[in-house]
Amino acid sequence: MGKRRKPKLAVWKFASCDGCQLSLLNCVDELPALAERVEIAHFLEASSAVMKGPYDLSLVEGSITTPRDLERILQVRRVSKFLVTIGACATAGGIQALRNFKDVKEFVSIVYARPDYIETLETSTPIADHVPVDFELHGCPIDKRQLLEVIGAFLIGRRPNVPSHSVCIECKLKGTVCVMVAHGTPCLGPVTHAGCGAICPSYHRGCYGCFGPKETPNTASLSREWSRLGASEQEILNVFRGVNANAEAFRKESDLHARRND
Amino acid sequence: MKILDRNSVDLFFDALKRQGFALVGPTIPDSAIVYDEIGSSADLPVGWTDEQDGGTYRLKKRDDEALFGYVVGPQSWKKFLHPPSLRLWTAHREGKGFKIIPEQDDPPKLAYIGVRSCELHAIAIQDKVFIGGPFLDSSYGLRRENVFIVAVNCGQAGGTCFCVSMKTGPKATAGFDLALTEIIEPGRHYFTVETGTGRGEEVLRDLPYTEATEADPATVERIVEKTVSQMGRTLDTTDIKNLLYQNLEHPRWDQVATRCLSCANCTMVCPTCFCSTVEDVTDLSGEHAERWRKWDSCFTSDFSFVHGGTVRPSVKSRYRQWMTHKLATWIDQFGTSGCVGCGRCITWCPVAIDITEEVRAIRETKK
Ligand code: SF4
Ligand code: SF4
Ligand code: SF4
Ligand code: SF4
Repeated sequence: MGKRRKPKLAVWKFASCDGCQLSLLNCVDELPALAERVEIAHFLEASSAVMKGPYDLSLVEGSITTPRDLERILQVRRVSKFLVTIGACATAGGIQALRNFKDVKEFVSIVYARPDYIETLETSTPIADHVPVDFELHGCPIDKRQLLEVIGAFLIGRRPNVPSHSVCIECKLKGTVCVMVAHGTPCLGPVTHAGCGAICPSYHRGCYGCFGPKETPNTASLSREWSRLGASEQEILNVFRGVNANAEAFRKESDLHARRND
Repeated sequence: MKILDRNSVDLFFDALKRQGFALVGPTIPDSAIVYDEIGSSADLPVGWTDEQDGGTYRLKKRDDEALFGYVVGPQSWKKFLHPPSLRLWTAHREGKGFKIIPEQDDPPKLAYIGVRSCELHAIAIQDKVFIGGPFLDSSYGLRRENVFIVAVNCGQAGGTCFCVSMKTGPKATAGFDLALTEIIEPGRHYFTVETGTGRGEEVLRDLPYTEATEADPATVERIVEKTVSQMGRTLDTTDIKNLLYQNLEHPRWDQVATRCLSCANCTMVCPTCFCSTVEDVTDLSGEHAERWRKWDSCFTSDFSFVHGGTVRPSVKSRYRQWMTHKLATWIDQFGTSGCVGCGRCITWCPVAIDITEEVRAIRETKK
């Protein structure tokens, strides 16, 4: 890279809470080093100064929930060489994807005084449903170390070290005692994508899946174990209908429990 | 055989410290007995035991003040000999190339307090894997060299133990510097001590021990016999290699795959599983790189990823890989079983999958 121009970094927001963008701002110690290596060209959360595209690396936060989003994501894709989605909203649809299980028109009519002012889609969907995505970084919010890892890997042109195995492996690498086995606390870790560093089990809580499904998630077997530990059908439904409710494996599992609850 | 009183245990620990060893042993930070640094006998799980079954582990108060009155916990000595993550080297950019700076690997001298017989066998198995062949794992070798092993004969067996089936316990027969048996009688709490090495004898020398009486070896045998009779599990190993090789398409693998979470807990807690992955990391400046080694497991899809895809995409193929490696291909590879019957994979599997049960099911309906 040496003498070449600095790669341009852009951060984009769709339907989201801004928490994942904040993870980038939270990298206080690393921001100077980052600014050395990249031109922060478009990051409205941090600065209203905007440089023109195209951009070498685009970080996309948020899900697609409006007709305007649908147009804007195509535009973002067009001006981005490498597009990374960050967070549960961008990778799965976020908590706002709970609308996918209900009738949006009904919400709109109840919530807003002037429903006719509201223009929204029936569903909240991940970015990858609409444009090709080069890498997905999971989490709600994303983990800042992982974000730096992805950016660092991009800069040097290598694959990021972001394993898609269970949270359980993170527990075991840390030496955290399993809350399922030693306390009987239901935990979603065995079907959840690693990345957080097993925060909840380290505080004697069960994982609730904010990094979404891991590779080959056996949600059916884990649900049976949750029931055995005393979780109700409603509790099982609720845990799969969290911020990653629209991720395929979690959606299918929650649909099963929704039917059983009916 | 010598006799050491309960009250001399701290003198014993001090003697080890004087020889330059830091002590690691069983302790209770929260909800399980784990191996960590200990200072004195007060750090041991005094008066505690563990109740174990498939997918469950609970600490329970004992009605005595036993120091080693539990079985095995979620961790094994593997965490010290083959650390979960380890930096192998760092590198700096220099001109058009880079310079590798080897890791200054200077592990502390550790005394392992309370190593069980199955664990001694597990260490012997990992010795074979890491330092027994033509290619030596220097980080393992360095750590192994420095270890002083204080074994403890099991005074009770756990609900998932099957060392008797695997011929790895419950009595420590080799591979220790000193081996203790804890004996609690009305009004008396003491240990019998067997020496395995000259080093062990040396540590004992300055301690206020007495010689064992004729009755003591018989007492130890009685304790061991009682433990043998308590094994929570059994595994019939008759012709096990062929049993598994001839049943690679047995329907039982499909059944276990409907339960298995491919979470990898079983391999992480197994004291013989040795697999690791290597990660190269760079910092933002692109001037520094590090190579790290981390525990890996045949239950992940990345584990068998080669150009073009994953060799074992299904959970079925991963469970089969794990179990056949432990019980069959390990024998071809290293000349011993890869399972020492410690029961950890059964206790710490969140859905209670039981290796002994899986073997039994295949044996009963084999081709
Ligand atoms: S606490 Fe949860 S994430 Fe950790 S090992 Fe147990 S089941 Fe897995
Ligand atoms: S396979 Fe299970 S019982 Fe056998 S040594 Fe490993 S953890 Fe222990
Ligand atoms: S069972 Fe799996 S993780 Fe364990 S040593 Fe064999 S291949 Fe490695
Ligand atoms: S056997 Fe149990 S511990 Fe092992 S991967 Fe399957 S579910 Fe996890």
